[in-house]
Amino acid sequence: MEHMGVEPGRLSFSWISSAESTKFVDVVKDVTATVKALGPNNNFKKAADKVA
Amino acid sequence: MLGYIDKIREISKRLLDEGRVEMVIGFRKGTMPMMNEPTFVKNSGEVSKLVWDSNCGINLANYLTDRKEKIGVIAKGCDSRNIVTHILENKIKRDKLVIIGVPCKGMIDRRRITAVFDAEVREVSEEGDTVTVKGAGFEKKLKKSDILQDNCSACIHRNPVLYDELAVPLVEEQKDIERYADIRRIEAMSPQEKWQYFEDLIAPCIRCYACRNACPLCYCPTCFVDESRPQWVGKSQDETDIRTFHFLRAYHCAGRCTDCGACERACPVGIKVRQFTSKLNKDCLDMFGWEAGVLPDQRPPLDTFKPGDPGDFIK
Ligand code: SF4
Ligand code: SF4
Repeated sequence: MEHMGVEPGRLSFSWISSAESTKFVDVVKDVTATVKALGPNNNFKKAADKVA
Repeated sequence: MLGYIDKIREISKRLLDEGRVEMVIGFRKGTMPMMNEPTFVKNSGEVSKLVWDSNCGINLANYLTDRKEKIGVIAKGCDSRNIVTHILENKIKRDKLVIIGVPCKGMIDRRRITAVFDAEVREVSEEGDTVTVKGAGFEKKLKKSDILQDNCSACIHRNPVLYDELAVPLVEEQKDIERYADIRRIEAMSPQEKWQYFEDLIAPCIRCYACRNACPLCYCPTCFVDESRPQWVGKSQDETDIRTFHFLRAYHCAGRCTDCGACERACPVGIKVRQFTSKLNKDCLDMFGWEAGVLPDQRPPLDTFKPGDPGDFIK
């Protein structure tokens, strides 16, 4: 994805067990902060009238 | 390369006469220059229609999928690697095949030839490394190495990796070639430049799916682009839909693509479809030391787990 121009950080992978609630919260906070810092996504957008 | 054909015909005739195969899949002359087409020869009287030259770039592994007959198949380096992949993926049984290996010296990119001339090219012939192109009122000799398909210039598996019969002696493999120059150039770009690069690359795409149809890996009974319940990807010419088609198809080929160039060859508008798959091939090589279809007894990296697999992207 990054190779074709999706900014690094917009896509994340994590391995979280169902018992790791604290890790889950940390990761969500982290991801949200990174994505907010990147700003709105301008790629992969399709106008509503074109959605088929 | 022209001497090859006698040997190919002789082997095919023998296999058919001895009843070892019910058909031989090879090439016959196309109706247009530089467009040889696949053919199925079912009796030994027809072997004379088989041809061999530098216009046999279509990947014949594509015609083996789920076949039950006993088949003789002509295989260049790349075809043989796709045959290996087919065997690994249970798309054909090894004991149904007699593989007629044809060591390869690269296939011609017809677009490189037509780009040189304003007028229609009517006849293309070759002798050794010289290709003679003729049309109304012109004739020109070109060097074959200047007009090879991109993937053939970068090929390091010209000899078949698996065969039962060999039409001609093995050829020397290309060494010390830069195989991923294009990809490195893209890797060095900023995210915006990358996005724009692919935007421009696929802008002319008409979504005819010729690239998919020519690909031996694309054998799903219903391709994800054709599904309508659920509909995974929009069917329009919208740039988002076109891009989704291309990158998803590339992912489906990850760790399986042999870089045979069939997709690029098939595209009617000349899109360099390999720009998507080559990156995945390069990553597979860098991360897993893997090249598809080279080892008949090993599972591809994406369907096995090894403790040493790179996992740095998982946080
Ligand atoms: S990719 Fe290699 S084996 Fe296949 S046609 Fe090109 S040179 Fe031949
Ligand atoms: S063959 Fe070319 S035009 Fe057709 S879908 Fe593939 S990339 Fe698009």
